[in-house]
Amino acid sequence: MAKPVFGLLLGGILGIFDGLTAWFTPEVRDQMLMIVVGSTVKGLIAGLAIGFFANKVHSLPLGILFGLGVGLLLAYLVAAMPQPNGQHYYFEIMLPGAIVGAIVGYATQKYRATRMART
Amino acid sequence: MRWLSDETVAHLRRVAEWPDLGDTKYRVLEELGSGGMGTVYLAEDRVLGRKVALKVVGPGAASPEIAARTLREARIIARLEHPGIVPVHDAGTLPDGRMFYAMKRVDGRRLDELATETPLPERLRVFQRICETVAFAHAHGVLHRDLKPENVMVGSFGEVLVLDWGVAKILELPEEDPPRDGGPATPAATAEGMVLGTLAYMAPEQAEGLADRVGIASDVYALGAILYFLLTLHPPFEGDAALARARGSSGSAPLPANQRTPSTPRPLAAIAAKAMAIDPARRYLSAQDLAADVAKHLDGEPVTAYRESVWEKGARFFGRYRTAILLIAAYILMRSLLLIFYRR
Repeated sequence: MAKPVFGLLLGGILGIFDGLTAWFTPEVRDQMLMIVVGSTVKGLIAGLAIGFFANKVHSLPLGILFGLGVGLLLAYLVAAMPQPNGQHYYFEIMLPGAIVGAIVGYATQKYRATRMART
Repeated sequence: MRWLSDETVAHLRRVAEWPDLGDTKYRVLEELGSGGMGTVYLAEDRVLGRKVALKVVGPGAASPEIAARTLREARIIARLEHPGIVPVHDAGTLPDGRMFYAMKRVDGRRLDELATETPLPERLRVFQRICETVAFAHAHGVLHRDLKPENVMVGSFGEVLVLDWGVAKILELPEEDPPRDGGPATPAATAEGMVLGTLAYMAPEQAEGLADRVGIASDVYALGAILYFLLTLHPPFEGDAALARARGSSGSAPLPANQRTPSTPRPLAAIAAKAMAIDPARRYLSAQDLAADVAKHLDGEPVTAYRESVWEKGARFFGRYRTAILLIAAYILMRSLLLIFYRR
């Protein structure tokens, strides 16, 4: 599996779980579906970008930093979107989003891409 | 009248001792070092215009046995084409009848000198390269029989070279008769009771002169002894202990590496102990197996020579996945703090 594909999958899966944690916040529980979909899309985009970066740059600290940055940026874009209740959840979205990005950055750097043999 | 300085006189004395290379294509530039078998000179190949290391049998040792032994050493090295073995370019006889052979000149430092300044992971990587070279020699039917840190050179570009194949033995060749004049034996001519090599790093069966029992396991023992040195910066046996081995009490194990140097990781001490087991059957089967166990330790995996406790397993797992565990812990902590903050 190539690193971008791995990043895409891991980012998506972690995005789903990150979105599901909104269940613990009763105020936004009625928006769960939108949050999970948004978080998954965010995870997919971040994972793909981090995977491409890992393909080009082979450095664990840089990979984690890039993941942190991409996670933070995308989470900021999500947090900045207008909410139905008029509130913005910058910390609640950006901090975990950045750490999820760092985790994907770590995993894509550690992951050893394998190629299918062609006959 | 002008007097020559002491320095000049000393230089002239040295030069006078240099061998007469006669009509060979080599010209001696300086002496690099000497051992029991002969002297190694830095020489210039006048035809190709390159510098080489020239090993010349010492004066007074130009017996047919020594000549045969030197030629044999050159042939053994020549048949081992490997990046870890210095290639032989040429071999011949000097006008005075002494054998010589020319090798690639290597710039570097001996492992025993370098080890004190090198961090342990780097020393272990060098050790893996030594094992690879020895495994290659074994695969080609050659036993080194004198492996020790002094016989390993680390080049200026990080290349690791196993030197001094002077007492090497070709496995498939039958044993020859020992020399009758009581001089050193030829590499394959190791009669029962005759000891070749360096005691501090020598397997018990080799120290006892049991020539028929000396095999791949004996080189594996010496590799274990090198690993012991790299872990503790001391040979497994020193001074009287090394001499005692020559007197027949070779069946004793050295002090465990982690007891001699407490900072030595236990799995590595166990690897060295397994490689240096008194019973050859309890050692690693090959140099490759030994290198593989060291590689496992470097990769944070369990080694075959050591049984870990649950705590040690946990510590190794944490050490291996430290960053991932810390990141996941940071995420969980962050989420928990946000949850607590919201509940208030």
